[in-house]
Amino acid sequence: MQTEKTGAEKIIFISYLLIAGFVVVLLRLWQLQVLQGSELRKISESNRLRVIGVPAPRGIIFDRNRVPLVKNTPYFCASVIPQEFNKGSIAALSQLLNISEPELYDRITRKAASPFTPVRLREGLSFSEVSVIEARRSDFPGLLIEVETSREYMYGSVGSHLIGYLGKLNPAQSTDPSFKDVPPEAFIGQWGVEKLYDKTLRGTAGQRIIEVDAVGREIRLLYETAPVKGADLDLSIDIALQREAEKAFEGRAGALVALKTDTGEVLGLVSSPSFDPNQFAKGINYNDWKALMEDKKIPMLNRAIQSQYPPGSTFKILTAIAALEEGAIDTGTKAECRGGLSYGKWRFGCWQKKGHGIVSIHRALVESCDVFFYETGKRVGFDKVHDYAVKLGLGAETGIELGRERKGLIPNSAWKLETKKSAWFLGETFINSIGQGYVSATPIQLAVMMSAVANGGSVYKPLILKDTAPELVRKVELRQETLEIVRDALKGVVNESGGTGAASRSSMATVGGKTGTAQVVGLRKDSKYLSEKFRDHAWFVSFAPVEKPEIAMSVFVEHGGHGGSAAAPIAKKALEAYLLPQEKKKELLNVQN
Amino acid sequence: MFRIDRRFIQNFDWVTFFTIIVISIIGIMTIFSATRQPGDAPQASFYIKQIVWLLISICALIVIVSFDYIWLGRIALPLYVTGILLLVIVLVSGRTGMGAQRWLSLGFFSFQPSEFFKLMFIIMLASYYSLSREALHATALLRVFFMIVFLPFLLLFKQPDLGTAIVVFLIFSSVSLAKGFQRKLLVTLILIGLVSLPFVGNIAWTGLKDYQKNRLIAFIDPQADPTGIGYHINQSKVAIGSGEFSGKGYLKGTQGPFRFLPEKHTDFIFAVFAEEWGFMGSFFLLVLYFILLVRGLDTARKAKDDFGRLLALGITFMFAIYFFVNTGMTLGIMPVVGIPLPFMSYGGTALLSNFISAGVLINIRTRRFSLFY
Repeated sequence: MQTEKTGAEKIIFISYLLIAGFVVVLLRLWQLQVLQGSELRKISESNRLRVIGVPAPRGIIFDRNRVPLVKNTPYFCASVIPQEFNKGSIAALSQLLNISEPELYDRITRKAASPFTPVRLREGLSFSEVSVIEARRSDFPGLLIEVETSREYMYGSVGSHLIGYLGKLNPAQSTDPSFKDVPPEAFIGQWGVEKLYDKTLRGTAGQRIIEVDAVGREIRLLYETAPVKGADLDLSIDIALQREAEKAFEGRAGALVALKTDTGEVLGLVSSPSFDPNQFAKGINYNDWKALMEDKKIPMLNRAIQSQYPPGSTFKILTAIAALEEGAIDTGTKAECRGGLSYGKWRFGCWQKKGHGIVSIHRALVESCDVFFYETGKRVGFDKVHDYAVKLGLGAETGIELGRERKGLIPNSAWKLETKKSAWFLGETFINSIGQGYVSATPIQLAVMMSAVANGGSVYKPLILKDTAPELVRKVELRQETLEIVRDALKGVVNESGGTGAASRSSMATVGGKTGTAQVVGLRKDSKYLSEKFRDHAWFVSFAPVEKPEIAMSVFVEHGGHGGSAAAPIAKKALEAYLLPQEKKKELLNVQN
Repeated sequence: MFRIDRRFIQNFDWVTFFTIIVISIIGIMTIFSATRQPGDAPQASFYIKQIVWLLISICALIVIVSFDYIWLGRIALPLYVTGILLLVIVLVSGRTGMGAQRWLSLGFFSFQPSEFFKLMFIIMLASYYSLSREALHATALLRVFFMIVFLPFLLLFKQPDLGTAIVVFLIFSSVSLAKGFQRKLLVTLILIGLVSLPFVGNIAWTGLKDYQKNRLIAFIDPQADPTGIGYHINQSKVAIGSGEFSGKGYLKGTQGPFRFLPEKHTDFIFAVFAEEWGFMGSFFLLVLYFILLVRGLDTARKAKDDFGRLLALGITFMFAIYFFVNTGMTLGIMPVVGIPLPFMSYGGTALLSNFISAGVLINIRTRRFSLFY
């Protein structure tokens, strides 16, 4: 029984309860304000403060004559900060942005790096769409309009294998620490020069730190750092040459590499067919990507550095140099061509079935006599030819920075013993001496070789930027006499009657060159009646002007047929575009743009 | 009745009076800070209105203190019946605000009858309990429950003003406990409570409105969905925590004015205060409330009669319940129920009713010596 007397005790008991309650509140305050204080302070700051990245304009890529190849164009995007977005208004937002509700829900709720990082919802909004969204912004806390710049490639597919394109971070890159400064929705270089020099071109993004209220309205600007524009790049390529060359391919598959003979700068690097990097600039859609990947002509393959084929008769230049240097032949050495040569039970034909009659080194190169080079190869031995070919840049990567370059193959007896476990046959000397059989090379390797022959033996690493110091890979000591004999003969190929490279003859400069035809099937048939896929590959290597070489080139046309008819005219067009005076070049680019 | 003499001044409970004045001024300062619009002038209406209400409330307090509280006991029943009628009127013709029908418009101003009802209820309870000196037995308790508690509880639940309904129930329970139970009843009640807990929970659950359920879910796991139902609690915790030890400084808080914090000048005013004044300021505020409550208990202990004692206890319990439920909610240790912080939160009716209640406390203390009057 409790009575009135216990009232005072009861009140004391209640006081203890009261004190206990206050202690609980106090402890909780201590926990939140002191123990978790700094953490919660940060959350409150990120509530209030919004860091807005101001993208730096990407550096412009120019050609060697300061012709801009790309430009930056701004466009608008809609994003949302998941932390601040009210999921109840998804239906309304779906209507506003014209995105289906489930997709919108999925994008907003997908785990982001942080709930404060904006999630991109739509890109490439039109101006009228932007104004509609701006007008209704206050209905959608966390909704943002962001400005991005997209890259416009002014010459479309011209030079795309070299220039490259931009893309969003791929999954591997988004976890790579070297891309940690890149915002999740930003575009970075994913191919070619755009990728290689991405850091240079990218610049440093600026920041605006603003104070916002709960619906994301800017209250004031607290801090701002200006973006630093990415550095511009001057490529070594000549866009006029590049474009005329690509046009000259007329859609046929193939490649062209043009080098500056005294520095190794790449003046043109064509891989045909190419792709349009503008497709990638705002994010490529799946169907376009699939079409590119499934195209039988493989437009994404950089044929200039990644396709390797027997060099055909262009290889005779190397056989000739090896024989002349080793003293196996001289200008007086003659051979009789009756359209072929018998060796044991085999017969090795010359492409000219009538035969070339009695020929010396000069006419043998001019008319591309196979029999003479069978004999020459036999005299000097293919191991020697191998050594010169390798010294002049074949059988190994040229070192061009684009990467994933193929090596080609220059065989010798040691290689054969090792890989085929058998001795080298004389018959193999015959066919490899004229660039068939095991030998294979990429277009860029043959351009490097041609350049070295033109400049007197200097093998340079091909450079893709202008004004970089030339990188001499090696200097091959060749006798002046050898060089003169070969260059003179190459001049004859283009300029003398009966020369196989007449189609590259130009009124603007004296051209020296050598045609080549890589056999696709052993059986010889008249190419006119062969379906395209069995037709031979056409080669043409050249340099100009012969008197004072400036440019060396290699042209390769897949299933083009004869080098003289398919490849040589392309070389001529590229050369003539290169040789145009500056004003004429600009005119050419403007007129056809 | 109006005998204001030297002894009245001497015996007047200045401690309670100044404590609530200081809390109210802190409240007005905080309302000023919470309702300022970043970049613009503060919204004049809120803090000016509160100042006006404070002046009115002080006058009302003086009026309440000036006559002997014994009178309240005499008019307890008419007061209580008036209160019930007001609740019924609100239910029939009240103005709906924020999903609940709590307001009664009198043309020039609106007020919440439920704010005043609590005091009428306490007076009724104290008056009834003071009739008998015996500890409560089962039938007595049930009688009180069905006669005094059940109807208003139902009316408040229906409004719905869950906060006040809970407060009324808690006041009834605590005052009844203070009155004293027979041991048999106490044991029975504890047993019944333990057994029926799951069923009561279930019924309460199905009877709650969606937003009320969500608040409970959010209380249990506020991190589950930061943008949804737990938003209020999280933002409140962030506001309080970000004040750290010494606070961001007066008018430097951001959670309230930038609208991250909902109901910043009413239910969540403690969070706004704690953000700007930190642990130090919060501690000071807690001391003020502690003084108020302990003083209320002391008043009950010193009251000259049972009616005064139970009345003082009921009012003190009411303040304590409001204080703990509100701070507990803003601190994230109790469910979100829309309960204001007494004397601090914006709201004229609440301030007036709290001052009147405090006036009754002061009245009881001032007239603790039966000899003088």
